[in-house]
Amino acid sequence: MKAGVFFSCLKDSVPVAGLCPQGAYGVQDSLRSGFTSIKNELLPSHPLELSEKNFRLNQDKMNFSTLRNIQGLHAPLKLQMEYRAARQIQRLPFLPSSNLALDTLRGSDESIGFEDILCDPTQSEVIGEPHTMVEYKLGLL
Amino acid sequence: MLHTLNPCQEQNGGFCFENSRRNAVLESSLSEGTNKAPSARKTGTTIAGMVCKDGVVLGADTRATDDMVVADKNCMKIHYIAPKIYCCGAGVAADAEMATQIMASNVELHMLNTGRPPLVAMVTRQLKQMLFRYQGHMGSSVIVGGVDVTGAHLYSVYPHGSYDKLPFLTMGSGAAAAVSVFEDRFKPNMELEEAKKLVRDAIAAGIFCDLGSGSNVDLCVITDVGVQFLRGYDKPTAKGQREGQYRYKPGTTAVLTKTETPLSLDVVDECVQLMDTE
Repeated sequence: MKAGVFFSCLKDSVPVAGLCPQGAYGVQDSLRSGFTSIKNELLPSHPLELSEKNFRLNQDKMNFSTLRNIQGLHAPLKLQMEYRAARQIQRLPFLPSSNLALDTLRGSDESIGFEDILCDPTQSEVIGEPHTMVEYKLGLL
Repeated sequence: MLHTLNPCQEQNGGFCFENSRRNAVLESSLSEGTNKAPSARKTGTTIAGMVCKDGVVLGADTRATDDMVVADKNCMKIHYIAPKIYCCGAGVAADAEMATQIMASNVELHMLNTGRPPLVAMVTRQLKQMLFRYQGHMGSSVIVGGVDVTGAHLYSVYPHGSYDKLPFLTMGSGAAAAVSVFEDRFKPNMELEEAKKLVRDAIAAGIFCDLGSGSNVDLCVITDVGVQFLRGYDKPTAKGQREGQYRYKPGTTAVLTKTETPLSLDVVDECVQLMDTE
């Protein structure tokens, strides 16, 4: 019930692949993840990459802490509970889900940004590998 | 476009930075050689705006440059945002165009949600928040002007996200030339015709004194009554008509004497040469 549970999901850095590679027997899987180098994974390739990756998380964190200071702990807790409930209404990971409830809660159904125009996941030409993605989601991978 | 790192993670929309490392390597290798990497087309502009008695007058030139070449002689730099809010964009042409289109869509959604006409301050706030989010990588400087329920307002927003609220504003590469005209002749609460002439003069100063601006002057007059978009309001760089000619009319010089000498020529030699036309 601490506020620290919100901060644990904040990703401040690009995940490093070398530490726990996802191939069989813990060896780096060149077929799936391609050639890797530690420098490529540790350093961001563009100054905006990290800030864009964490933009929504940072914004939520800021809003929730303001709300907590104004109205008390119950306000962000209730909102977080609703978010978690809405986030579970999804299809299997490799299928596109509309996220309607989540969008309504966030208010992103009333605004248009680059995430709606560029790189639309519903229009990508490739689909993720179904078995791998479901295994990843269930934590079996 | 697979994420090389984790193919199991879902893809989000928005900007994808996968190729930025490859692009950095390509650019550094290109800069050493003879070829140059393509650069974004900038508008190299003069845009200006001022608040007058009844509303706002916005003006812009119409030249788009690509480094040292004129890419477009008659481009439109005044963009629609809301029925009574227009904005002029300078800087990278694509960034300005995209930013203003996104703003227009957001304003329309906001209007449908709240049921009220938008405020110029709302447009400015959304624009500056978006530009600050991208830390100046979105290189578009914008002048937003319009009339709303609180009156006529004029804001300028810089690429990094700062903004100014002033009675008259200029931006772009020809801003210095245009602002000099404003500083000389601006008075608060000017009449509409006088204001139009002043903005036209300011843009013309930018057209003649700045290499990045040229062609015609576009004006946009926004008042409580409505909007008047005057595309091609003035063409100061149009070629003039020739008033007269320097050629002399035949018969100007009087003929005093005339001498005719026939030259009798004899045929000396005749030879035929065939051309190789196969």
